[in-house]
Amino acid sequence: MLRQAIRDHGPVDLIEVDALGDSDFVVPFAMMGAPTVLVEKLPNGNEMVAALHLMERYRNEKACAILCAEIGGINALLPLVLAARCGLRVVDGDGMGRAFPQLQMVTYHIFGVPVSPMVMTDEHSNAVLFECANAADAERFGRNLVVAMGGSSNICLYPMHGLDAKRSIVRSTISLALGLGRAIRESRGAGRDPFDALLSYLRTTPYYQHCRLLFEGKIVDILRETKAGFALGAVTIEGIGTCVGRKISIQFQNEHLVAREGDKVRAIVPDLIAVMDALTAEPITTEALKYGQRVKVLGISAAPIMRSKNALAVFGPQAFGLPEPFTPLEELNPQASRDGVL
Amino acid sequence: MRIGVDVGGTNTDAVLLQGNSVIAKYKAPTSADIASGIVQAIGDVLTQGSVSASQVGAVMIGTTHFTNAFVEASHLSRVGVIRLAAPATLSVRPLADWPQRLLNSIGEAAEIASGGYNYDGRPIASLDPDEIQRIARKFKAQDIRAVAISSVFSPVNAAQEETAARIVSEEIPGVLLTLSSEIGRLGLIERENATVMNGALLSMAARVMFSFRQALKALGIHAPFFVSQNDGTLLDPDTVARFPVLTFASGPTNSMRGAAFLSGATDTLVMDIGGTTADVGALVNGFPRESSIAVDIGGVRTNFRMPDILSIGLGGGSHVKSDAGAVRVGPRSVGFRLLTEALVFGGTQLTATDIAVAAGYADVGDRDRVRHLDRKLVAAAVDEIHRLAEEALDRIKTSATAVKLVLVGGGSILINRDLKGVADLIVPAHADVANAIGAGIAQVSGEVDRIFSYDALGRDQSLRTAHSEAIDRAIAAGAAATSVHVVDVEELPLQYLPGGSVRIRVKAVGDLNMGRALE
Repeated sequence: MLRQAIRDHGPVDLIEVDALGDSDFVVPFAMMGAPTVLVEKLPNGNEMVAALHLMERYRNEKACAILCAEIGGINALLPLVLAARCGLRVVDGDGMGRAFPQLQMVTYHIFGVPVSPMVMTDEHSNAVLFECANAADAERFGRNLVVAMGGSSNICLYPMHGLDAKRSIVRSTISLALGLGRAIRESRGAGRDPFDALLSYLRTTPYYQHCRLLFEGKIVDILRETKAGFALGAVTIEGIGTCVGRKISIQFQNEHLVAREGDKVRAIVPDLIAVMDALTAEPITTEALKYGQRVKVLGISAAPIMRSKNALAVFGPQAFGLPEPFTPLEELNPQASRDGVL
Repeated sequence: MRIGVDVGGTNTDAVLLQGNSVIAKYKAPTSADIASGIVQAIGDVLTQGSVSASQVGAVMIGTTHFTNAFVEASHLSRVGVIRLAAPATLSVRPLADWPQRLLNSIGEAAEIASGGYNYDGRPIASLDPDEIQRIARKFKAQDIRAVAISSVFSPVNAAQEETAARIVSEEIPGVLLTLSSEIGRLGLIERENATVMNGALLSMAARVMFSFRQALKALGIHAPFFVSQNDGTLLDPDTVARFPVLTFASGPTNSMRGAAFLSGATDTLVMDIGGTTADVGALVNGFPRESSIAVDIGGVRTNFRMPDILSIGLGGGSHVKSDAGAVRVGPRSVGFRLLTEALVFGGTQLTATDIAVAAGYADVGDRDRVRHLDRKLVAAAVDEIHRLAEEALDRIKTSATAVKLVLVGGGSILINRDLKGVADLIVPAHADVANAIGAGIAQVSGEVDRIFSYDALGRDQSLRTAHSEAIDRAIAAGAAATSVHVVDVEELPLQYLPGGSVRIRVKAVGDLNMGRALE
C-alpha cells in the first residue's frame, strides 16, 4: 500500500517533532479493527483522506503534518500512506512506542490531549464524527462503529498543535523502527544471528536499551478466549537449549502483557514482551501463535515517558486487570547477558 | 502395487511399492520431454519387478514442473485479472509487487470492479454485470484466454466470483477461469496472487496432464493416477489440470515424508542432497514443520503452507574449486549434466561427486579418472562438504542438543563421517529415491478455512460443521471414508471485534481409496 502510494504520489518526508511550530496543526491517523479483516478488505485510500479532510473542515484548520498513533503493525505505516496521498510530512514518533489494544492507551491521552473530535470513515467514505466526554467513551463508541463499518475503519483522533505534540509524543520511534529492520535484514544477509543484531541495535537506542533475551523454547500450550472483541489468552513455552527444564507463561490481551516464570515476573506491561521465531527473528503476533513453534522471548524496556505514574494508570498492569505492580524489566532481570539466555 | 514417481529438475525417480516394501527403483536424468521420461521410469520398475501393468493399483507423480515453469517464466499464459472489491482495496492494485520479468510473460491486464463482501457475508457493493462484461470484452480484444477472478472475503461467500465467471465465459468462449474462492485461504493479496499464478499455468497444465495420461496408456496402465500437492497429499489429474498451482513445492515435502517412511522416524531433521542443492527441514509427528512466514515463489508473495526448508548450494554436481589455498564447493553445479560433465563420468568439471569417489568412500563412475587428484585438495574438499552440511543443520536446529538426522537423496553419498551436532545419523535403504517413495505413500486431504459466527451457530455446532466439511472434501478428493481423520484444527477469534466471529481452519487426511484394484 505504501509502495503504491509513494509510486503514485511521491516520497514522504519524515520530520522531527521539534521542527513543528507551536501552533502547527497536526493529526494522528490509524486504523481500528481486526487484522484478519484488514488482510482481506484493504483500504480504498480515499477514505483516509476523507477522514483527515472532515477533521480539517470541522476544526477549520489545515494539517501541517500527520502523526503516528501506534508504531505497531500496519498502523506504523498507514500515516505515511495518508501523508503521501496528501503531500504532507510525517512526524518521527508515535503515541505508544509499541502496540496497545485501545484508543485511550496513548501518550497523547496521558498528556491531556482530548481524544475528540474523532473521525471514522469506511471504504465508501462514509464518515462519522464524534465529540466524546473522554477517551474511554470514544473507545467504546468507536469499537461498535467498527463492526457496522465491516470490521475495519480509518480514524483521525487526538488532533493537536505542535506545542502539545512536543510534550506528548514518544520521539523518533519511526526512525528507530527503520534502524531495527535494517539491522535484522543486514544480519540475515550476512548469515549472522539476527538476535545478536537485534539486541546490539536496541542497546544503542534511547528507550529500548534495556533488553533481555528472556527465554528460548517451544510452545506447548495456548489458551484463547474472546471477550468483548478482545483476544485474551495465555501461551506456555517449554525451555529448549539453554532453558531446558524451565517453563515460561505469557498472558496476552491482543498484545503480550506479562511473562511469568513460576511465580516470578520476568517482564510486565508497558515494557515490551516479544515472541519471535527462534531462527529468523520474525515476530509472531498473538494471533499467529501455534503449538510447536520454536521461539525466543525478548523483554524490552518501554520509553521513560510510558513508565510515569499517569502513564501506568492508563496502560500499566492494573489497566489490564493484572495483580502485579509494574516493575521495570532491568530490575526484574538485573544482569544483561550479551550472548546467553538469563 | 503402487508406483511413486518424482520428476525433479535434475532427476526422475520411480519406485514400485507393495504395501510398505520397495520392490524396484529407478533413477535417471530428467528428460526434456517429461512424459517420455515417465514412460521410461515406470517401464523400468515394472520390468525389474516382473510386474504387469494390470497389477498396478495407482500411480502417484510428484513434479516440480509447474513450480519451475513459473519461476523461470516459461510457457506461461497471459492472464486477465478481475478483482471484485471496489470501492475497497483500491489502495493496492492487483499484481502490485510482481517482478517485471513475470509481468512480461503474463501481462498487466488487471481491473478492480464493484463488489466484494464483508467478513459477515454482507456485500461491500453489488456486482455490476455490465462492468464485468465490459472488462471481459476488453480482455478478449487483447487476446487474453485465461482470467483470474478474486473477491474480498470470497472464502466466506463465493457467489459474486461465480456470477462474474459466468459473464466472462459468455463473453470469451473457452476461457480458462480460476476463482480465488477455489484456491483457498484468507488474505486477499496472497490468494489473488495464487489465483493469477494458477491462471498462467492452466493451458500448460492441461497439456501436461494429457501427456501423463498418454504416457500411462502407452504402458498399458489403466489404474488411476494422482499428483502430489504442497502438503504431501494427492490430487487427481482433473483437479491438477484446473489447479496446477497446488503442486508447488511438493518436492521437499515428498522427500521428507519419504524419509520418515524409510527411517521410521517421526521427529527428526532430514537432509535431502540432490544434484545442485541440499534441502534441510524438520519432521514433527511425521509431517514437515511448516514455515511460519509468508512464502515467496519467484518473487511473488503467497500464503501457501510450505515446509520450513533451508536450501544450500551443496549437491553431487557442485563445482569444486581451489582458490589460493582455500577449497570451495558450490553453489554452482553441473546439475542434470552430472553424468556427462563430472570427471568420473568422463567429463572435465571437478565436482563434489568426484571428490567423494577420489576419497574412496563413494563408488560411482570410473575411479581411475580421479586418481590424479591432489590428496590435499581432496581432503580439504571433503572437509568443506561436511562443514557446509553441518552449518546448514545448525541453522535449522532449534536447540544446541545433538539431534537425529535422516539423510536422503542421490547426493547422500557425499557424507561419510559423523556430523557435528548430530547424535544419530541414519541413511536408510533406498535413500536415493526418497522423493518417489514420498509421492508413492501420499494420502488425500480436505481443508476448510472460513469464518463462523459463534453467536449465531454456537461453538460446538460451528466446529462440527467445519469438521464434517473437511472430511467430506477429503472423501470427495478420493480418500477412503473409513480412514479419514482430522489432523489439524485452528480456531482464531477475530480480534478487536465484538460479536463472536471466529476463523476456523480444519484439515482432514485419509488413505487413498484404491478400490479393489489394489494389492
